[in-house]
Amino acid sequence: MSATRAAARPGRATAVESTRPRRAVPTLLRHLAVAAGVALLVLMASYQLDSFRNFQLATVAAYLCATAGLTVLTGLCGQLSLGHGALMATGAYALALTQSAFAERGLIAGGWLIVSLVVAVLATVVVGAVVGVVAARLRGPYLAGLTLAVAVVVPALTVTFDGVFNGEQGLPVPVAPAPAGLGLYFPHERWQLWVAAAATLLCLVLLANLVRSRYGRSFRAVRDDEVAARLAGIHVARTQVIAFVVSAASAGLGGALLAVLAQRVSPGAFGLTLSLFLLMAVVIGGLGRLAGAVWGAFLLVALPDLTHSLTNLFTLSPAAAQRLEGNVPLAIFGGTLIVVMIAAPGGVQGLLSRLTGALRARWPVRRS
Amino acid sequence: MDRFLFLTLDGLSRGAVYAAFALALVLIWRAGRIVNFAQGAMAVAAAYVAYSVTAATGSYWLGFGAALLAGLLLGAVVDIAVMRLVDHRSPLNPVIVALGLVLLIQAVLGMVYGNEYLPAQTPFSRSALTVGGTAVLSPYDLFVFATVGVVGAALVWIFTRTAIGLRMRAAAFAPEVSRLLGVNVGGMLTLGWALASGVGALAGMLVIPTELGLHPHAMDLVFVSAFTAAVIGGLDSPPGAVVGGLGVGLLLSYVSGYAGGDLIPLAVLALLMTVLLVRPGGLFAPVTARRV
Repeated sequence: MSATRAAARPGRATAVESTRPRRAVPTLLRHLAVAAGVALLVLMASYQLDSFRNFQLATVAAYLCATAGLTVLTGLCGQLSLGHGALMATGAYALALTQSAFAERGLIAGGWLIVSLVVAVLATVVVGAVVGVVAARLRGPYLAGLTLAVAVVVPALTVTFDGVFNGEQGLPVPVAPAPAGLGLYFPHERWQLWVAAAATLLCLVLLANLVRSRYGRSFRAVRDDEVAARLAGIHVARTQVIAFVVSAASAGLGGALLAVLAQRVSPGAFGLTLSLFLLMAVVIGGLGRLAGAVWGAFLLVALPDLTHSLTNLFTLSPAAAQRLEGNVPLAIFGGTLIVVMIAAPGGVQGLLSRLTGALRARWPVRRS
Repeated sequence: MDRFLFLTLDGLSRGAVYAAFALALVLIWRAGRIVNFAQGAMAVAAAYVAYSVTAATGSYWLGFGAALLAGLLLGAVVDIAVMRLVDHRSPLNPVIVALGLVLLIQAVLGMVYGNEYLPAQTPFSRSALTVGGTAVLSPYDLFVFATVGVVGAALVWIFTRTAIGLRMRAAAFAPEVSRLLGVNVGGMLTLGWALASGVGALAGMLVIPTELGLHPHAMDLVFVSAFTAAVIGGLDSPPGAVVGGLGVGLLLSYVSGYAGGDLIPLAVLALLMTVLLVRPGGLFAPVTARRV
């Protein structure tokens, strides 16, 4: 049973990765170099793109935290979570409450945002630990059902305790404007992109290192065969809880960043649909690869934008346009999810790897 | 005491619906080892068909029949067009595909009918009858009990007394042997999906008028409650699903009656977590050791 399960896992390429010979450059340095390169690219892009594209790119960064976290959990550790939308909500509401508390005491300088982000991540870690401890005992449909319940119930709690969370209206998120040192006419969206990209890059570097570390190898061992992992001295339950907590922390950071971008949190934004979107993003991007999470995050922002411009091509009544606009992306996401699972379980990144692998087999690169 | 009696009866009526919905989940789980996470969305789709038919003909019962038929068909179509093509070796795959179906069905419903709450009709009055000054069941509650009872009896009859039921059980129990003995295993699986989806559609028709109304997300919380009911009973056991459904219905009725209706989602989550921590196999499943 476990052998067939392991063979069917979509992330087979990771096994190949781990047998690759060690490179001369240490992992941390390599990841930092990549991060610095990406930071430079984002910096240049932030000056080239207009405000709206800057904002969209910042949203991609926020989603990327959550999809990367989910990739670590589902792709590397083999645990499905449908509750990451709820974890994002936890981070977002924690940030909103902390920022409001700071604003009430007159602490509106930008530096306090870092404290709020840390508080948001810590709050999500606590929630993630509770869910993770339960989840570590569960398998397959039970785990999916529990996390689905979390995804449905947690947004509803904002109405139950509307004294704190203000029900359907949600809470405002007071955010300081860009520092005055950047000039009077510095666009706010560019500042938002800088904040989101910095936080996301930090998160990604940490995750990438974790994936390459002893913990990452334990995650993959647990995913591929629990019995073998246990025999190799890995504490299976503890490993799964750690994966869940790490993943929850990333999702919390993503939610908090979304709250900073929207400057408002409301339960409608964090419903079951968001959780399913995140799952879809990592599946379509490619389970088991952090690069897949990047594809997924881009899709989450690009596809609604694309359908918006598509519906604009047709002349529709306002009511029909409104119906289509909200639902066409959902239908495309759902349809794509089904087709990808049936036709290409490796996702976009899996297809790319297969493509480059095929090319390499045909035209072997000569290495001196 | 009156209030307790009223809440108990109301909870049993609510629980009967959860029991039917949990039965639908158990049917598919027994047939193909899949928890159909799209069950709620499929039931809502059937309810929308009923809404359209009722609006066109003016008859509730024509709509009711259309919903059942749509449920049966949708179940068969989902199995033939989607689930059969999925690689079942990893247990994650069918779950993810079912969630894709949820997104797709809800989006299509939203496109056709809009994302507003539509009013849902009931065939009988929902105001409670009074017996000796005490409010007890409404005619609609009696209708719910009767319908769920008939469906339960019909399922028992199909599975224990008919040749097709025997074939369905055989196909689920030992697919290879059944195939050698001439059972159309794939066809039996499709039939199982159709039956389960029909029962789910029926449960949706019964529960939607008692909630806020018809909406693409109308069954989200009902699905979670019914899943909890199925887990309490052990996913493998139809009688367990019925007992679990009635239990969940009673508990939620007491919570909303004594502590406030806002707490229902929290109560469902707490119950599910407790059950999964204490008896993950359910109350009716034999204790089995998990290999780790």
